[in-house]
Amino acid sequence: MTAIIAFLNAAIGQAIVILFGATGEILTEKSGNLNLGIPGIMYMGGISGLMGAFFYENASDSPNGVIGMLVSLLCALVVSALGGLLYCFLTVTLRANQNVVGLALTTFGVGFGNFFGGSISKLAGGVGQISVRTTAEVYRAPVPGLSGIPVIGEVLFSHGFMTYLGLLIAVIVTYVIKHTRKGLHLIAVGEDPSTADTAGISVTRYKYVATVTGATIAGLGGLYFVMEYLNGTWTNGSFGDRGWLAIAVVILALWKPTNAIWGSLLFGGLFVLDIYLPGLTRATKELVRVFPYIVTILVLIITSKRNKPENQPPESLGRAFFREER
Amino acid sequence: MADDLILECKNITKYFGGVCANDGVNLSLKRGEILSVLGENGSGKTTLMNILSGIYFPDEGEVLIKGKPVTIRSPQDAFALGIGMVHQHFKLIKIMTAAENIILGMEGEARLHMAKVEEDVRRVVSEYGFDLDPKAKIYNMSVSQKQTVEIVKVLYRGAEILILDEPTAVLTPQETEKLFDVMRNMKAAGKSVIIITHKLNEVLEISDRVAVLRKGRYIGTVETKDATVESLTEMMVGEKVDLDFGRKEPVSPAARIACKDLTVLSPDGRNALSDISFTANGGEILGIAGISGNGQKELLEAMAGLQPSEHGTVVYYPPEGGEEVLTGKDVNEIRRLGVILSFVPEDRLGMGLVGAMGISDNIALRTYRSGKSFFTNRKIPQQLAGSIVERLEVVTPGLGTPVRRLSGGNVQKVLVGREIMAQPTVLMVAYPVRGLDINSSYTIYHLLNEQKANGAAVICVGEDLDVLIGLCDRILVLAGGRVSGIVDARKVTKEEIGLLMTGVTGTPETPAEEPA
Amino acid sequence: MTGGFHLTKRDGISRGKAVLIRLVAVLLSLIVCGLVIMAITGDNPVEVYAALIDGAVGSKNRLWNTIRSMMLLLIVAVGLTPAFKMRFWNIGAEGQILVGGIAAAGLMIYGGGSLPGAVLIPLILIVSTVSGLLWGLIPAFFKAYFNTNETLFTLMLNYVAIQLTNFAIILWESPKGSNSVGVINQASKAGWFPKLFGANDTMIVLLVLLVTVLMAVYLRYSKQGYEIAVVGESRDTARYAGINVKKVILRTMMISGGICGLAGAIIVCGASHTISTGITGGRGFTAIIVAWMSHFNALAMALVSAFLGFMQQGAIQIATQFGLNENASEIITGIILFFLIGSEFFINYRIGRKGGGKG
Repeated sequence: MTAIIAFLNAAIGQAIVILFGATGEILTEKSGNLNLGIPGIMYMGGISGLMGAFFYENASDSPNGVIGMLVSLLCALVVSALGGLLYCFLTVTLRANQNVVGLALTTFGVGFGNFFGGSISKLAGGVGQISVRTTAEVYRAPVPGLSGIPVIGEVLFSHGFMTYLGLLIAVIVTYVIKHTRKGLHLIAVGEDPSTADTAGISVTRYKYVATVTGATIAGLGGLYFVMEYLNGTWTNGSFGDRGWLAIAVVILALWKPTNAIWGSLLFGGLFVLDIYLPGLTRATKELVRVFPYIVTILVLIITSKRNKPENQPPESLGRAFFREER
Repeated sequence: MADDLILECKNITKYFGGVCANDGVNLSLKRGEILSVLGENGSGKTTLMNILSGIYFPDEGEVLIKGKPVTIRSPQDAFALGIGMVHQHFKLIKIMTAAENIILGMEGEARLHMAKVEEDVRRVVSEYGFDLDPKAKIYNMSVSQKQTVEIVKVLYRGAEILILDEPTAVLTPQETEKLFDVMRNMKAAGKSVIIITHKLNEVLEISDRVAVLRKGRYIGTVETKDATVESLTEMMVGEKVDLDFGRKEPVSPAARIACKDLTVLSPDGRNALSDISFTANGGEILGIAGISGNGQKELLEAMAGLQPSEHGTVVYYPPEGGEEVLTGKDVNEIRRLGVILSFVPEDRLGMGLVGAMGISDNIALRTYRSGKSFFTNRKIPQQLAGSIVERLEVVTPGLGTPVRRLSGGNVQKVLVGREIMAQPTVLMVAYPVRGLDINSSYTIYHLLNEQKANGAAVICVGEDLDVLIGLCDRILVLAGGRVSGIVDARKVTKEEIGLLMTGVTGTPETPAEEPA
Repeated sequence: MTGGFHLTKRDGISRGKAVLIRLVAVLLSLIVCGLVIMAITGDNPVEVYAALIDGAVGSKNRLWNTIRSMMLLLIVAVGLTPAFKMRFWNIGAEGQILVGGIAAAGLMIYGGGSLPGAVLIPLILIVSTVSGLLWGLIPAFFKAYFNTNETLFTLMLNYVAIQLTNFAIILWESPKGSNSVGVINQASKAGWFPKLFGANDTMIVLLVLLVTVLMAVYLRYSKQGYEIAVVGESRDTARYAGINVKKVILRTMMISGGICGLAGAIIVCGASHTISTGITGGRGFTAIIVAWMSHFNALAMALVSAFLGFMQQGAIQIATQFGLNENASEIITGIILFFLIGSEFFINYRIGRKGGGKG
């Protein structure tokens, strides 16, 4: 039982990171932008939130965790929004190739995270391993009362507030896409920008808003990782390829954020499965970690062969829209 | 009477580059009438309607709605004035439902109440007698259902004036009848409808008045009850123009390629061609006439091995004797036999040429395989390109200049010139002079005559009946994917061909004898 | 949408103008990089640039490092070129490099003791190429027959390859439990590229330049290269010309994946002498941008690779000299790429004042 609870909690811990990224990427892709810079943006969100909290805690004599939380949240939001804005400026306004820009943004973002993560202590005057425990405690505070319930409380309510925020955002994004006028217009932009344009929808504005919002949501995933998962510290390279898993979940979820919740849990589970599966050697554990990608590839093949058109990627995904002068 | 007019166009003029698409066009539309706008391809009908619906802005002239001058700069402006247009190419999001497409782009409450929208759509649908499920997805719909969505979309937004661009081009006769019933209901409800068409029988059946355009000019408007097929044809095509195409009598024509009961399916599973049978002879030009989209493209592609046929055969009779069944062979095998397709598609660069490549590299599409070497011989296409440029007087900065930067006429010369280089025994061309000026056109006609003199069987799909009558020896007319007649070009009149094109069946007065 | 300006696609641009626009972009990116470094370190920009140049070409050793870095990037870019020319988004170079690298490392380990170098090295090059080729064939097959999105497919295969690499590392780790293969055949140097003409990296340079020239010739003068160009420009035209599009996709991705696999062998045998997930150094991604921006021109790719190699090696020096970490080079690479990508817009589009052109 304890092992199962531990496994579920570990899976949820992984899943939430992926979920933020996937929700952000779904919103982005719905506008026809394939933002392969999301992994980089998640790095940027994580490190900037950490730095915000770090500088606040360093500057204050008796740091307040809630203020630290707000500062870090704000930093993460702003920096990841800037990442999304840069992507939009290059791909929408300057019509650069989306894949190329996305990959450059990921190169940059990963470098940005590891650079500042690796040199932040030196920049601050050599304080050794950085840590923002005061702030991180606020992020990690379990749901009061409910978390005390045996088993159910341990699995469902022992997480920090960002876990629930991640779920909430996924539900809200689903609602917006499915049940609002703006959502309908967004789908039209992603499917067929020239038809949307004819219908009087501002393609440029929808692409910008969706992509920047999506980047911001994804950035929160990075923040969650450093604050809740790493307990307010940074280790270069520890974030790994979670950003790419988020992009894989988008495919698995067939571009629906509520599906991304289950997809993220599945991937989160698969991600830590090797630790809890008995009888694995260190080598075979590595092979078990291939599952999320194999699953994604299978979904990709199956949906491309025969399936409902709703389950396909947005039709204009990856292509720039250019309305010829008339 | 003037207070009855809901829409007036005065002296509308529109240029595209140097080409005048509309030259001082006048038009008036009354409340509660159906007006046909009639004209041949390229007569400026669609341009005029695109001006009314806000796609283009006129260079000169004004539009009046209920007597007041208005400015229409976007489709939204047109909607606000109660003008709604249904284009030939539908603007619908495939994965959405009919109702979602209908409200797309409209302002309103942030939350969508689709049940209510669907209810409203159903009301419009029953009011005018449509047949449409608002919850159906576009990707599950037939062409006619998609058209219904477009029309309902326009009505739902409260349009008073509906413009339908060639609405029957994509419909079966039964669907056309249904559409006409709906149009009569709209008229009864006080809406004004403009229908763009070149099908004379439909004009006579549905409209109250007919406005005729010819070569961008406004010819006049007549009451339908006073009009006949003959009078409208005369207005539409004008005086007979005598052109000298240098046509010579065919020299010892012999059967070169034949289709027998050829049937080809379109991607949506309907018959694009049904039981086509004909023989083309070496040493003659066989014209193919028909309203565009009546199977011309499929016929040429099937003969060239680019489209599979459902049943029937294509047989080739080589000059040296014998016969070869082409059906089932692939493009390269057929080409090697000398059956050359030079198809000039609507967007010239889409299929025949690579726009980003230069003339030499485009010539290489036909020559690059020659020789056993792993490497392609770059000198051959270069020399051929040089000689094409010289012989056909192609105006280009250089052989390496991307062909998309050349003018239409020069692109065409490259395309036709390349196919002729292969010394074909069968040469198929489609719309070889589309968009060309008179001089360039004559260069192309001359090239086709030359091929005929060399003994090739030339098959030429054309739009301009005057040209087909003057250039070809025989003319095959396609209507709805069937052969509606094969006539002797030296004896036939334009009116007779026109009747065959509109699918008015009956024995043509001058049947051409089929050589054995 | 575009305010008071309107945009038109350029039909073409003079070579000089295009070069000028790119030079301006490079210059701007250097200025911004300098400003960023200054902001972080607070040091004099002149000193920073001096350190950069010193780091890239300041000694024979450093110059070789820069050249090697350039060559390794160049060969991956060359490998991607045929795929991109066909408009096939092979972003799976990372994975193709890794499977080539695994094959190379495996052969070094298992064949190092028994096979002479003259047999072992050619064998490694062949087997690595075949590994990359097969890895590249998988997404190509599904693209050709099922029209499966190749961008996402090749991306996912990268991570499958990474896990395979991790698996291989544990299989071969030395010492046991270290999670690292360590330098393979350190004593015997079996499978290592030999010193040629007195330098360690001569063989890398020769191999990469050979592949680059062969590829340029292949694309420009062969029948297959011509087919790739036609399929890339217009599948409809290719169909009309009787080109078997499926076959071209499969063949081209085999070539692309094969060269990336070869690059893996070159990295393992010539540079890292070990296998780890880090041996690609992100080149599989960076090379995409290099190839795309160079418009598949071999000389342009060499120049861009050289520039990026120069900046990366220089950044490493800056990092050590000013006490920053080595990831500074990724930030600098990123900034340069953003400027170069952005400059393409000014090459492809002409910006005019509204109402200027014909209506």
